[in-house]
Amino acid sequence: MTALDAMPWWAALTASFLLVLGGLITLIGTVGLLRLKTFYQRIHGPAITITLGTGCILIASMVYFTVTQSRLVIHEILIAAFVLMTAPVVSMLIMRAALYRNQYDSRVVSARSVPNPEQELVERGALQPERSFAGDPVNAHEGRTSPRS
Amino acid sequence: MTVGTLLSLAIGFALVCVILAMMLCTVRLLIGPSAHDRVLALDTLWMCTMLLALMLGIRFGSQIYFEAALIIAVLGFVSTIALAKFMMRGEVIE
Repeated sequence: MTALDAMPWWAALTASFLLVLGGLITLIGTVGLLRLKTFYQRIHGPAITITLGTGCILIASMVYFTVTQSRLVIHEILIAAFVLMTAPVVSMLIMRAALYRNQYDSRVVSARSVPNPEQELVERGALQPERSFAGDPVNAHEGRTSPRS
Repeated sequence: MTVGTLLSLAIGFALVCVILAMMLCTVRLLIGPSAHDRVLALDTLWMCTMLLALMLGIRFGSQIYFEAALIIAVLGFVSTIALAKFMMRGEVIE
């Protein structure tokens, strides 16, 4: 603890404030990840953890090591630049994958929610009886919404 | 209250916060209703691990934890990209 006591008070106050702020922001972001309802709301929770929480703790680390080692220690900028560059890429890729999977699931589910699409269309007169969509639920769904021939 | 006490209290508080955050991420990783929820929770867990390494570096006054945090950040990025590509395409290397 002697190394900590040797710090000037302003550096210790700055580092303490940034550490407490970074820890609280990290906790708030993950509470958002846990508590929000849908996935598209949930993806906004960790963004504050990645940007603000990481930034606060990296600046606290820079202040601490600069003061205790009596030289300029700024190699935490490497982590900050890397994280700030990669966080939007990761977020966009996860979002695109989730959107693709949700669209695929909703197409398959809505096609399968019609119990017998061919019979229903024949009864409504929208389909000639010799045209068959059997065995292909996705095309059967599209055939149901096609205009009358 | 000396300067060292203040700083060590702040480090302890931040460590507790980040460990609680990792627990919440683990809960979301376990109960996540879909696969992309789990991938998002895993990415957040990587980030919290990196913050934990940085704060342990401040706590023990060592520079070695910085390199560990850098490697954790790079590996988390690569693994999340691979998982997102797997969810999108069904295979990683095509």
